[in-house]
Amino acid sequence: MSAIIVEGLGKRYLLSHRGRMVEGYLRDAITSAARSLGRALSLRGKGSGDERDEEFWALSDVSFRIEEGERVGIIGRNGAGKSTLLKILSRITRPTTGEVRIRGRAASLLEVGTGFHGELTGRENIFLNGAILGMTKAEIHRKFDAIVDFSGVERFLDTPVKRYSSGMYVRLAFAVAAHLESDILLVDEVLAVGDAEFQKKCLGKMEDIGKEGRTVLFVSHNMNAIEQLCTKCLLLDKGRLALQSNDVRSVITDYLYGFESGPAVSEWSSSGEEFRNPWFRPVRFAITDGRGRKRPMPVANNEEAWIWVEGEITEADPALKVGYAIFSDDGLLLYWTFHTDLPESKWPALGKGTWILRSRIPPKLLNEGSYRVELIGMLHRRIWLFEPAVNAPGIYMTIWGGLSNSPYWMERRPGLFAPVMEWTASPAGSA
Amino acid sequence: MAKEQEREIIIRPEGGLNRYWRDFWQYRDLLSFLTWRDVLARYKQTVLGVAWSLIRPIVTMVVFTLVFGKLAGLPSGDAPYPVLVYAALLPWQFFSVSVSESGNSLVNNANLITKVYFPRLIIPIGALAVGLVDFLVSVVVYAGLMAYYGFLPDWRIATVPLFLLLAIGVSLGFGLWFAALMVKYRDFRHVLPFLVQVGLFLSPVGFNSAIVPEKWRILYSLNPMVGVIDGFRWALLRGTTPLYLPGVFLSVGLTSIVLWGGIRYFRRTEQAFADVI
Repeated sequence: MSAIIVEGLGKRYLLSHRGRMVEGYLRDAITSAARSLGRALSLRGKGSGDERDEEFWALSDVSFRIEEGERVGIIGRNGAGKSTLLKILSRITRPTTGEVRIRGRAASLLEVGTGFHGELTGRENIFLNGAILGMTKAEIHRKFDAIVDFSGVERFLDTPVKRYSSGMYVRLAFAVAAHLESDILLVDEVLAVGDAEFQKKCLGKMEDIGKEGRTVLFVSHNMNAIEQLCTKCLLLDKGRLALQSNDVRSVITDYLYGFESGPAVSEWSSSGEEFRNPWFRPVRFAITDGRGRKRPMPVANNEEAWIWVEGEITEADPALKVGYAIFSDDGLLLYWTFHTDLPESKWPALGKGTWILRSRIPPKLLNEGSYRVELIGMLHRRIWLFEPAVNAPGIYMTIWGGLSNSPYWMERRPGLFAPVMEWTASPAGSA
Repeated sequence: MAKEQEREIIIRPEGGLNRYWRDFWQYRDLLSFLTWRDVLARYKQTVLGVAWSLIRPIVTMVVFTLVFGKLAGLPSGDAPYPVLVYAALLPWQFFSVSVSESGNSLVNNANLITKVYFPRLIIPIGALAVGLVDFLVSVVVYAGLMAYYGFLPDWRIATVPLFLLLAIGVSLGFGLWFAALMVKYRDFRHVLPFLVQVGLFLSPVGFNSAIVPEKWRILYSLNPMVGVIDGFRWALLRGTTPLYLPGVFLSVGLTSIVLWGGIRYFRRTEQAFADVI
């Protein structure tokens, strides 16, 4: 039986002509009323078009069906409509078009610790948060011990939560949410916080929830979590449902590699307008041989490959950091690096003008496979100019061959990395 | 509850009204928790804590007694002037605290509104209860005041709950309007304290409404708080200020209209709260 049926769902937001969300002010309402009155009096009936609000469809024509007990991952870039979809399903906001039918009691967890109050103790917050999530007092009483147990903050139950570490805070909050008695659980990116140990626990709990026959909808940027947890995956792109399949891995790879940018390419060049900013406007981003020539793929692991970043600076800012981030094909971030990683005296000096930044990709480090490389840049501790996994331009690199000269190491080994390590031996007893 | 789980929820651009009140009932525990949170936080956070809800009415009482009773020399009937003023401050204080608290409540709880679903009416109603707690604290002060002046109430005190109910109606009515308006118009936040301030001078808090000329009495009673305050005085001061019944009825009528309109307006705008807040 279907737990959720979504048909032709759309959500429109209005943006003011300045590009911001429409905000109401009494003074605006009064002045515009006065203006229209003035217009009416002076008999110039025509309004000026520049004040019209612009429409923005956060979701359009989304239809899908989710069966009972399915664990569904929802993926897509920021602004693709994932959160809007979850907000409609959890009845926080209304759709503009379409219809949703939900069978059973749905509980949503869009943020960890919604309504937590810093002045109140852990114990008090369990009750408050439980009630906010829709539990009755009796239900919370019944679950209280299990919640405390799961959270592991027993010793601090009577401490105000403002004194909690962020880890404890998240653990307590998730514990409350995890004990909701609901048929359908809607979860938004909760696992982005908390330590690895706890994330594992959360994933486990969510898997249990799924095995109990409850339906889970899970929005995340963590592709590993999605792959581990979900039995179905929806991909949203610019408010539309781009892909849905029970082959979770294929949706993820489509999302990470191909689907948006067509065939995987190892070069990106600016079409002019994007990332317009005075500090660093990227022009070209590529994997090259070090002299600017595009490197044919795949790259053998013992061959030279250079990151090549060409960009224009119209206003030099000492806080500028440009670099790249490299992701495995599961979407796992391997590392990122900036041109300012060395001591300050060794930074390449950047002033006004067009610059080429180069960095050698360390040979014999990455394993065979395909990687997404994103150009990242920011003003140190101020703003992202191009943020990894959000809006950074990405290119692809494939590594194949050249792993080692050892006769015992001819083919791809498991693991993300394939460094060639040195070994020494000395007779036992002498060391 | 088990039956409830089997029910199908349909989400559409419009409608779904009958479900609303059932949800409201289901979330009744949230109402008590939110009230409890606000009260607890109010008294835990501020250094003055409980003292604050005592100091305000007492200072106001002293000032009004001096200005209206001593300087202007207005009559107080048979009751001592401080008692006369304080009997009116009880409902006024409740009204002003409740209206400001509930008026600001939606904006203050924006994080809840954008992250969780529940019938939004719970928020301003919960905020109103904070005013009620302050009211109870003030009642204790009033009891002390009566004992000090040896001015004890008679049977009429039994009617206080009726007038309190009316005060709740007025406060909730205006509170809902203001709460919804404040989500829509951000700068309404600055207008609200001003309106409450003006209301204080339009209401017979510092003086007895008996000094209003008879022919203006009904016009004066267009302020629904006039009926509430007169009622409190009549009930608490042994009827030394006679009750002007047309004014009370007018107040009941106006309160019903404001409350009904407030709920309607609130319900109509509620669906867009999460989008605009």
